[in-house]
Amino acid sequence: MNPRLSRRRFIKAVIASSAAAAANSGITSAVAKDRPTGAVERLISLNINGRTRRVDVLPQEMLAYTLRYKLGLTGTKIGCNRGECGACTVIIDGVTNYSCSTLTHSVRSRKVLTIEGLQSAEGALHPVQQAFIDELSPQCGFCTPGQVMSAVALLEENPTPTREEARQALSGNLCRCGAYDHYLNGVMRASGQNS
Amino acid sequence: MASFDVMPDMQLYQPVELDDALNLADRYAADGWILGGGQDTYGWLKDRAKHPQAMIDLNGIEALRGIRDSADGIEIGAATTLREIIRDKRINRDYRLLSDAAATVASPQIRNVGTLGGNLVQDARCWYYRRGLSCYRAGGNTCYADTPDGINREHCIFGASRCVAVTPSDTATAMVALEATMVVQSVAGERTVSAEDFFVGPDTHITQMTSLEPGEILTAVRIPAKWAGKKFYFEKIADRNVWDFALVSIAVAMSMDGDTIGDSRFVCGGVACTPHRLRHVENAARGKSLSDESADAVASIAADGARPLNANQYKLPMMENLVRRAMRA
Repeated sequence: MNPRLSRRRFIKAVIASSAAAAANSGITSAVAKDRPTGAVERLISLNINGRTRRVDVLPQEMLAYTLRYKLGLTGTKIGCNRGECGACTVIIDGVTNYSCSTLTHSVRSRKVLTIEGLQSAEGALHPVQQAFIDELSPQCGFCTPGQVMSAVALLEENPTPTREEARQALSGNLCRCGAYDHYLNGVMRASGQNS
Repeated sequence: MASFDVMPDMQLYQPVELDDALNLADRYAADGWILGGGQDTYGWLKDRAKHPQAMIDLNGIEALRGIRDSADGIEIGAATTLREIIRDKRINRDYRLLSDAAATVASPQIRNVGTLGGNLVQDARCWYYRRGLSCYRAGGNTCYADTPDGINREHCIFGASRCVAVTPSDTATAMVALEATMVVQSVAGERTVSAEDFFVGPDTHITQMTSLEPGEILTAVRIPAKWAGKKFYFEKIADRNVWDFALVSIAVAMSMDGDTIGDSRFVCGGVACTPHRLRHVENAARGKSLSDESADAVASIAADGARPLNANQYKLPMMENLVRRAMRA
């Protein structure tokens, strides 16, 4: 037998037994019986900015909604709510995602990084945030958290991008003020290159 | 029609075994929504334009992910993300056409989560249909786009049959050019179907873009070695460089014999409801060299047989120019 399958089955059995235990507490009393394999629990743990957060999540709930309205992390903005603007960009396992178009249940076992998680332990701004300030990148500022997250993900992977690479990396973030070049200046400054 | 911000109430399943997903797909049939990256899905649901009872999320099923060797070429799991395809060394070396096509899809964040299977089976982008109007494709008995004042700038110039929507998928054109085979599974077993037959026009199925039936899941795509390392050309013309769907795109695979074109596959996206193969161009290109002269000669017949609507005649010269660019030296 494939050892991987057996390990997975073991984990599933553990999850199922803990669900049965939760049912006794009265929170999810009606759901545990007779559900098809793969149905999701509502009370789940998320890893947000390095902290484990317990949260009650609807099956169809989007991550942007959970972050803003259940966890109080309102730095993540909801613009279009359709994956067409990028204001809600967060980093999941090192990769940028539109949190308005990510089911909260799909990040259960993954690491989510939001704009609130960028500051250092002493509260200093992330170098990208500081560079955006120095270059006066934002105008109205609504798209800025998303632009910052896209820039952070780019620099994690490619610390010295060309301007064209930065343009590509930030291309999934709209700015209605049209401050694109100022954001690119900020990315170049954050990467230690002349803007 | 009202637009809503939040998702409607529905069940979510996240199976980790393919068998469980197939059972769920069978159980819910037309009321189940097979979920890949979800980037085409959530708009439908938030707009209340489609009403499935449950989403069946395939992303936890490891068997559906990854790029593997197959008996003849490679096999790509349907839940493999476009990001993984764009970055895969082997695809970039042997099947560059596919990674070039995948790299033009939507935006970086969408490519990060969007799956190959989801990109291939995504639904038509006609805005009348998307708005939830009761058009032919939605089961009604009229078309709002093909009317004297219908806005049909982005609609089809080939293969209209009541519906005039076009294929929105960039990777689909590449799949037809590469002669890919689609692997489809259901509780009844597995069937395979060629990419060309997988995508169906409105004359075959007015309410479907593919031959997938309720309860079936596209599990993998097999690309034969036949076109590995051949000469490729992909170009997509859209109003915007990011997010946008193709006005016209072209995916070309050419088998070169020295300077001369032998077998080739020319496939256009954005001009018909399915990836549109230009067989007459393939025949005309055979035996020609890559040069401006032969490009001009072949390009002149590229859009033969097109039947443009009121506002999309511009797609004809676009097709011709894409063929011309594919055949330049």
